[in-house]
Amino acid sequence: MFANFDFDVIRRALPYLFLDGMAFTLTLTALSAVGGIIFGTLIALMRLSGQKLLGRIAGLYVDLMRSLPLVLVIFWFYFLVPYIGQWLTGASRPIKVGAFASSLITFIMFEAAYFSEIMRAGIQSISKGQPAAASALGLTYGQSMRYVVLPQAFRNMLPVLLTQTIVLFQDTSLVYVVSIPDFLGAASIVGQRDGRLVEMYLFAALVYFTISCVASFGVRQLQARIAIVR
Amino acid sequence: MKRFDILGLAVAAAFYIGAAHAEELTGTLKSIKETGTITIGYRESSIPFSYLDDNQKPIGFAMDICAKIVDAVKTELKLDKLEVKLQPVTSSNRIPLLANGTIDLECGSTTNNAERQKQVAFTNTHFLTASRYVFKKSSNIASIDGLKGKQVVSTAGTTNIKQLTEANAARSLGATIIPAKDHAEAFLMVETDRAVAFVMDDILLASLVAGSKDPAAYAISKDAFSKPEPYGIMLRKDDPAFKKVVDAATAALYTSGEGEKLYDKWFMSKIPPKGLNLNTPISPELKGEFAKPSDSSDPDSYKAM
Amino acid sequence: MNYHWNWHIFFEPNPTGGGSYLDMLLSGLLLTLETSLAAWIIALVTGSIIGVMRTLPSKPANLIGFSYVEFFRNMPLLVQLFLWFFVLPEVLPSAWGLWLKQLPHAPFYTAAIGIGLFMSARVAEQLRAGIGSLPRGQKQAATALGLTTAQAYLYVLLPIAYRIILPPLTSEFLNTIKNTAVAITIGLLELTGQARSMQEFSFQVFEAYTAATVMYLLINVVVVTAMRVIESRVAIPGMIAGK
Repeated sequence: MFANFDFDVIRRALPYLFLDGMAFTLTLTALSAVGGIIFGTLIALMRLSGQKLLGRIAGLYVDLMRSLPLVLVIFWFYFLVPYIGQWLTGASRPIKVGAFASSLITFIMFEAAYFSEIMRAGIQSISKGQPAAASALGLTYGQSMRYVVLPQAFRNMLPVLLTQTIVLFQDTSLVYVVSIPDFLGAASIVGQRDGRLVEMYLFAALVYFTISCVASFGVRQLQARIAIVR
Repeated sequence: MKRFDILGLAVAAAFYIGAAHAEELTGTLKSIKETGTITIGYRESSIPFSYLDDNQKPIGFAMDICAKIVDAVKTELKLDKLEVKLQPVTSSNRIPLLANGTIDLECGSTTNNAERQKQVAFTNTHFLTASRYVFKKSSNIASIDGLKGKQVVSTAGTTNIKQLTEANAARSLGATIIPAKDHAEAFLMVETDRAVAFVMDDILLASLVAGSKDPAAYAISKDAFSKPEPYGIMLRKDDPAFKKVVDAATAALYTSGEGEKLYDKWFMSKIPPKGLNLNTPISPELKGEFAKPSDSSDPDSYKAM
Repeated sequence: MNYHWNWHIFFEPNPTGGGSYLDMLLSGLLLTLETSLAAWIIALVTGSIIGVMRTLPSKPANLIGFSYVEFFRNMPLLVQLFLWFFVLPEVLPSAWGLWLKQLPHAPFYTAAIGIGLFMSARVAEQLRAGIGSLPRGQKQAATALGLTTAQAYLYVLLPIAYRIILPPLTSEFLNTIKNTAVAITIGLLELTGQARSMQEFSFQVFEAYTAATVMYLLINVVVVTAMRVIESRVAIPGMIAGK
């Protein structure tokens, strides 16, 4: 079955695939994970704040994002973000956002809903005595969150957060639907141009598989280590 | 009384300055001046209008025309430097991305028709082409009726897929229409026998066939879904200042004879990446249009010279 | 916002000759539901087999189950669909490949199978966790009663495990529905695909996507409500979720 395979196509495309495609994918993954965890933590704090309205808004946001397919959200944001920018800045025309910034905003907003659920579970797993002790020591709500609760919640949830980041890494491939050249997009451009879809998609599958496997193995190791420390 | 006059004068002057300023720069020109950048939307596989070469750089006939437009904008705005940003677009998202300001010009193979003119504007026509289909000679589908009950592919978001959809209903063909992301993917579906035919503008089909592994295996239909329709570079609607600059630049290019030289470069000589020659002489209609540039969407307004 | 809203667009005729734009979206909604259900049946059946294999006292069965789950979990769904749709027919003997490619509704079958297998790895993990959460005594009691391993699973372990994992299975079913939108890339005109077609034909971007968004939200509400009812009916008495 590999008789008429043209592996040279892959070799010639390697610089483009990795220096452009994979660089885009990894940058997008890393920045979206950081942004998504920060925004997700804020949402989690809103939901646990005890303020009814804030909690409701945060809850609705999470439910909305988790009800929609990522593909649809990508379409929405790619077309909508410039208008939102116009609305925020009061400009006379839609703001130019660009492919990378637009996908970054999309993934931060979308993944924050998932990260917020993880952080919420993490915060809820901290015993009530801890913030109580913190406030007895004279720490404000903000200080007790920042110095006592969140660091522990983050630490406890690190494996889950990283697992979600691996999911995010795989999800970034969906920017294909708006023709942004990430790793998969680059592979498909080359594959379609040279009529070599079979080689390019098999290679892309292999690369995604290897990176995800290695990363989830790393997470499992980490989980074991954290478990011992605790 | 006198003070009132002076006040009135000052107000009038302020209005005048404001008006003069607004007249100088509005819309796209203003944002280009402010940011020092212009964003061009290009296509991945609209050969030879706008496509990626071996280094994944967009090139083509429409890209060359846009380079001239960029030069004209630069001169108009008296800029020392104008950065050109390139943004890939598909047939499906080019119009929303133009409307929402992601791109300023779309340089590819976009059909200029009355329906689209309600959404966007077009500059002077740079090509005329009819909607046909490509098929494998072995399948021998001589007419549109031969597509009955077959799987037919076209590119999502094109006028072609719309014409195919309408013909499918009007002639009750019962064909299964597969939307593809771009022309290269659609052509591959015919090459791999997933679809029997690919409905597209005939010039794009001819280029895809010429660049394929076995050009002799394919034929393009005589039957057409449309008259030869004009292609135009697309820009935002309701931006007359910018359109004026773009129209002037393209008109100067086409009437000077340089347009025909560019045409010959892309249609009558070897083009990257594979060095194929499309060997498509300029049509009398397009020659007439180059002599008298027009942005009309009406196919009948293009007469042979 | 210089965008021309036109909410009447839904009642204007679409170019397929088959009614209005709303009809187009509804046909997409129907296809989304059909694809999701087909994929979910595949996911439940194969996921259950693999999930059980991972808990069996057999090294080879564990290893197969583990490899299966890792294989389907570590590749983006989009790439898996491309493998099924573009790659598989080309590496098969050419007659089989041709048959596959010319199959009517190939995108539907590909999506149902591709998404079904992708989700089966997740169902397997949930079931493994569910079986793992049962007290050891259950299996031992079953063995003591003279039940074979197959009987123990069929009559004792699985019925309880499924009832325990019903809530996570609900969210996996919702994920299946959402994942059908990925099949837009292989030409399946499900709900998101029809919304995109409507955008292309009518140029009314935001109306099209708003309608699709509302429909997805409705599906969610219906599924969640239905599952709540089922959950409360099958909840195991004596457990936190039970009565």
